[in-house]
Amino acid sequence: MKLLDFLRGERKKSASVAKERLQIIVAHQRGQRDQPDYMPMLERELLEVIRRYVKVEQDAISISLDRDDDCSVLELNVTLPRS
Amino acid sequence: MAKIIVVTSGKGGVGKTTSAAAIATGLALRGNKTVVIDFDVGLRNLDLIMGCERRVVYDLVNVIQGEAGLNQALIRDKRVDNLHILPASQTRDKDALTSEGVEKVLESLSEDFDYILCDSPAGIERGAQLAMYFADEAVVVTNPEVSSVRDSDRILGLLASKTRRAERNQEPIKEHLLITRYNPARVDHGDMLNLEDIREILAIDLIGLIPESEAVLRASNQGIPVTHDANSDAGQAYTDTVSRLLGEDVPLRFHEYQKKSLLSRVFGGGRR
Repeated sequence: MKLLDFLRGERKKSASVAKERLQIIVAHQRGQRDQPDYMPMLERELLEVIRRYVKVEQDAISISLDRDDDCSVLELNVTLPRS
Repeated sequence: MAKIIVVTSGKGGVGKTTSAAAIATGLALRGNKTVVIDFDVGLRNLDLIMGCERRVVYDLVNVIQGEAGLNQALIRDKRVDNLHILPASQTRDKDALTSEGVEKVLESLSEDFDYILCDSPAGIERGAQLAMYFADEAVVVTNPEVSSVRDSDRILGLLASKTRRAERNQEPIKEHLLITRYNPARVDHGDMLNLEDIREILAIDLIGLIPESEAVLRASNQGIPVTHDANSDAGQAYTDTVSRLLGEDVPLRFHEYQKKSLLSRVFGGGRR
């Protein structure tokens, strides 16, 4: 497929690749901006626990903390492999 | 009361010092009493860009540690009346800058000056945090390149949380985007992020766009801020940037690619 694109001369411009990559990484950075300092550690340890039972990849887990006025919600998302 | 503006970026080598020198010069040329402070303790360079490296006697750290008075350390610019430089020290002691010391220096400068520009070191360590801590406005210098844009976003996060205004819940620091080393031909070709993309990703106002220009190296070679090179594209772009900082509505220049005609290709362009 890539070869076909190449032959057709439809190579994606490098600037648009840069933009897509940046949008993802910046969104990720902003998500971490307001979170407490213990979050990366918490994420790592949760991943360890889950890995004791299921074989999951490093990036199969996402964790976020949403704060409302009177309560906080810790959201944990794990993509499990097909068994 | 002076307005304190930090020139910052996160990433090194994007043009912080060049921009701090050029903007300070532009503000002073417009009649504002301006001082520009080098916060890069250990690696001072603002003095070189301003062309006063041989007149440095005392520096910021000397003043903070009480070894010299502020007036002894301030260097008067040779070219512009209203412009002063406060150099950084070459000491390798990272803890030489204290928050209280910096606050004191800024407070006393505030009485005499209209604008205080803080030229931040690269990185997000102590020096960079102190340079931004007391700021009212921030100029975030960004190159159209992925690592620079990402680091600028990190800096925006710090400006919103690790500054005096943020800690005191005051009106947030006014953030301005300054894009430097912009090459319209490469943008046109699809090989460089365009200014709309950068503005969209960082989501802050554009205060200026400086084209990649031979004039910048020429200026630093000579120790004359590029603003003085009024015929150059970069010099004019910095002058526009200063006008916008002063609240004027100036249209953007130098962002569009002008295809060269055959004739000008054959005979070469004029001076850039």
